[in-house]
Parts: sequence; C-alpha cells; structure tokens
Amino acid sequence: MSLAPVPVTAGGRRKSPPRSRAPGEPRRIGYLFILPAVLVYAGFVFAPFLHSIYLSFFEGNGITRMEFVGVANYVDIATNPVLRSAFIHALELIVFYSIIPIAIGLLLASVLHRSRIRGVAFYRTALFLPYVIAPTAIAVIWRWILAPRGPLNSFLEAVGLGALATPWLGDFTWALPSVGLVGTWVMFGLALALLLAGAQKIPLELYEAVRLDGGGLWTEFRAVTLPGLRYEIVVALVLTTTAALRNFDIIYVMTSGGPGNATVVPSYLVYQQAFKVAQIGAAAAMGTVLILAIVGVNLLITRMARGSS
Amino acid sequence: MIARRDVILGYVLLSLAALISLGPLLGVMILALGEPGRIGINLDIANATNFGNFADVWEKGDFGPAIRTSFIITSVVVVVSVILSVPAGYAIALMDFPGRSAIFALLILGILMPLESMIVPLFLDMRRFNLDNNYWSVILPQVGFSVAFGVFWMRAFFVQSARSLVEAAWIDGANSWQTLTRVLVPLARPQMLTLAVLFFVWNWNDFLLPLVMLSGSDLQTAPMALVTFEGARRTDFAYLGAASIITIIPVVIVFILLQRSFTRGILAGSIKE
Repeated sequence: MSLAPVPVTAGGRRKSPPRSRAPGEPRRIGYLFILPAVLVYAGFVFAPFLHSIYLSFFEGNGITRMEFVGVANYVDIATNPVLRSAFIHALELIVFYSIIPIAIGLLLASVLHRSRIRGVAFYRTALFLPYVIAPTAIAVIWRWILAPRGPLNSFLEAVGLGALATPWLGDFTWALPSVGLVGTWVMFGLALALLLAGAQKIPLELYEAVRLDGGGLWTEFRAVTLPGLRYEIVVALVLTTTAALRNFDIIYVMTSGGPGNATVVPSYLVYQQAFKVAQIGAAAAMGTVLILAIVGVNLLITRMARGSS
Repeated sequence: MIARRDVILGYVLLSLAALISLGPLLGVMILALGEPGRIGINLDIANATNFGNFADVWEKGDFGPAIRTSFIITSVVVVVSVILSVPAGYAIALMDFPGRSAIFALLILGILMPLESMIVPLFLDMRRFNLDNNYWSVILPQVGFSVAFGVFWMRAFFVQSARSLVEAAWIDGANSWQTLTRVLVPLARPQMLTLAVLFFVWNWNDFLLPLVMLSGSDLQTAPMALVTFEGARRTDFAYLGAASIITIIPVVIVFILLQRSFTRGILAGSIKE
C-alpha cells in the first residue's frame, strides 16, 4: 500500500488528522449508506431476537392463541432435570471443544516456537480443513468411525484392546465424550494454527533473556509464551466456546440427543420443543437463555484477557 | 540460534497433527470408493475402485437439485451481503452522524447472536408472511447474520487504513459515493474477498435454517440432502462417504484456492477491540 497523501486545506496549511472523530463535516448521507444493511439486520436478526424474548413468556403451539405464563418457562429450565442437563452438557462440551484443543495448541506452540517452520501453508490448510467443512458431513463421517463395527473398534481389537471396544454413540457413559471428541478433532487444528502463527511472532530474544536469568521451560512458558499469545488465545476461546454452545448439527445427526437424554444440548432442545412437540414458548425461553450464555461467556473471556494484560 | 534437533522435532509434531486432521477425511475417500451396501465397513484399499458410487449417490440422494439450490442460495447471500457490508462499514468508520455508535453496537451484538436461538420466531414470521418454503426464507436471515460480521469487518479496515485517503478525496470535491466506489473499493478488494470466502463457507454449511424453512417443500440444500440420505441409509457407509464428499467438495475447493483470505479472516476478524 502506498503512502497516503497528506490532507491540505485550501489555505495551504496542514490539517491535523482528527483522531477519534470521523473526518470532514457531519455527513447525514451516512444513513443512506447503512440503511440496506441495517434494515435486513433489524428485520431478520434483531426483530426475531426481541420476538423470541417476548414469546418466551407464553405457552402454546404458535398457531392458536398463546397463553401468558410469566417466567414459568424459565423456572422450568432451572428445575426440569432434562432441560437443565442440556446446559450442563454444553459446559462439558466446552471442555472438549475449547479447553483440550487450546491446551494441545499451547503445548505444541511452546515446543515449536523455536523451530521457525517453513512451508506453514500446507500445514495450515490441513489443520484448518476440519473447521471449514460442513458439520453435517463431519457428523456422518464420525458416526462411521465410531460405529459398533467401525474403524475405531476394529483398531482397538487389532492392537489387543478389544475389551475397550464399545458402541460409543449408544452408550450412556460414552456418548457425550464421543460427541465431544469430534469437537476436539474439529477445533484442535484451528487452535494449533492460530497459536502457532502467534508463537512465530514472539521474538527469540525474549526466550534467551529468560535463559540468561536462569529460568527453565516453565518460566519461559509463563513469562514469554503465554503473554505473547494472549490475543490468539482469546480468538481461539471465542470461536471454540461459541461453537460448543451452539452445537446443533453434530448432535442432530449423530445422536438426536440420545441415548435417552445423554447428549441433549440447548440448541437441539430449541429445535425439538418448537418443531417436534410444538412448545413454542419453552423453545423461545431455551433460545433466550442460550443467547445469554453465549454473550456471558464471551464477555467473561474478553474481561479475563483485559484483566491479564 | 535454532538447533537442528528442534527443527526436526517441529516437522515431526506438525506432520503428526496434520495427519490427525486429514486422517478421517482420507479414510472417507477410501470408504466412498468401497463396495456399496456391504455391512462390513472396514477400509479395503485394494478394492476401493467403485467410482460409480458417486453417480449412484448423486442420483439416489437427489444431489443434483440440492447442489443447485445451495449454489443459488449461497451465491445470492455472498453477493448481497458483501454489497451491503461495504457501504455500511464505510459510513460507520468515516462519517459522523447521530446514533452512529449505537447502531454499530447493535450490529456487533449480531455477531454473537446464535441463529439457533432465533429459529423459532424466524419460522413463525416467515410463515405469517408466506415466505416459508422458498429461497428467500433462507437467504434473508443468512444475509442478516452475515452483514453483522461484514459491517464490523469492513469498518475495521476503513478505520485503520482509509482516513487520510478519504479526507483527500473529499477535499478534492468527490462526494461520499464516488469516494467509496473509486477510492476505497479498489483498495478494499482483499478484505472483500475474505468476506466473500467466509460468507460462502458459513452459509453453504448452514443446516438448521434451511432444515426449518424448507421442510415443507421439495427444496433442499446440500447438507439437507446429505442428512436425508443418511436417514434413509443408516449403515450403507460407502454411499454415505460418497454423499459426504459431494456435500463438502465445493467448500473444500474454495477453501484450498482462497486459503489465505480465509485464514486472514479467522485470524484477524474474530475480535479486536
């Protein structure tokens, strides 16, 4: 990009560039520029958001008259064990979608930071690929891998661990971790690629300074790697926790919330209550709590990042 | 100083990670060429020659019309969303008008809002206006969610890099529209490409919205066709592998060709202030 010309006023005097204000005089024509985007956004994102909050105070099927029930739907979410378990499952999925991938990414990035790798493009493509392809297809692929007679169980038998083979997705204990493992597979490459890109930018001198001070690997990690990757960690946390909380496609295809209710998650219950049992209000309340959860988690992450800076 | 040992270790670990990422996808490619209808589902590389599986699946799973529907919906969403995001991002970045920050804050909120939460009112509203079961019921909400990110992304670019250029153009007497189309759009091409790639990937892969909106019609998108096909043939894994590949191949091609644009979007676009 070439150097921008210095703006000069008619009198030939240098005009100091305003820092926080928009340049020039107020331009009300700006409204015209934002109008189309704002209209579509308001009509198809924001209005449904408000409508959803409104609906959450009613009970009914959405076709006949809805009955006002106050906060009953929210009380249900707090007290009904199945509804509540959906949010507990979502939190457990955060461990698999976020914590484990980022931990793996940090470990590898701190090992690899010194070996400035060439040919990163190939690795990056490979690592990002699971994140790019349709979750529905990922679900189909992993339903095959985890099938009772699928590749995972065959592999376990081949290496003499046949006793561990189990119908993963049909097992009350293993279904949720199995679905979580799919999330780990999708997210670890993303986290690793992000953190590696960040780690390559940390100056090697910082590590040498720690060495000279007699610091070990742990000190290097705490004092250099972790602070140096703060921004990348926040990006990875935001992307992965949001994906964990929103997760619908993988549950829908792989388990439909089963066996029993072992893998129900909030977005799946929103769908099920609205379109299978026609409990519009309950579904809307579930959706509203999900929004609050996602916004809350994101605020927490950015707050933490700011606090540690 | 970089020790040779470290470099080798680096390549070994990264190759292992890449193998874990690609392994299941390579497995599916072999699976998809296996003998169809066999319940035994273990990979048999020697006999992975059933290229006809793709033609069979294309036919039996109605993938032709589904891919077409996905292409129509996704291209309209990508083009419209980019066209709406650029001027809005420009105005919010560089013009001064009452309510500017408030509008921007509301748009930002949309980046966080999960479509999953809004699916119920979206469906009720579409049905009320008789828009359900046609392309628009999917396109309009997808554009709405896309512009939330798009405006944010374009604003970030214009704020950083365009202020002095814009001032110069305005002083030269260019009006706001000319400044945008003649000065800024040529400058912002890479950012617009990144947006287009992100929008393409997100909206092609979207499943819940078309599932809900199009369920009462003959229309289905590629992911919907995959899931329908999967529901009908739970254990016919060779066919399911082929169907998965058909569904993901357009996105994989776009991603590999425009990898840089995509990565830049994920790396820089997710947050920042």
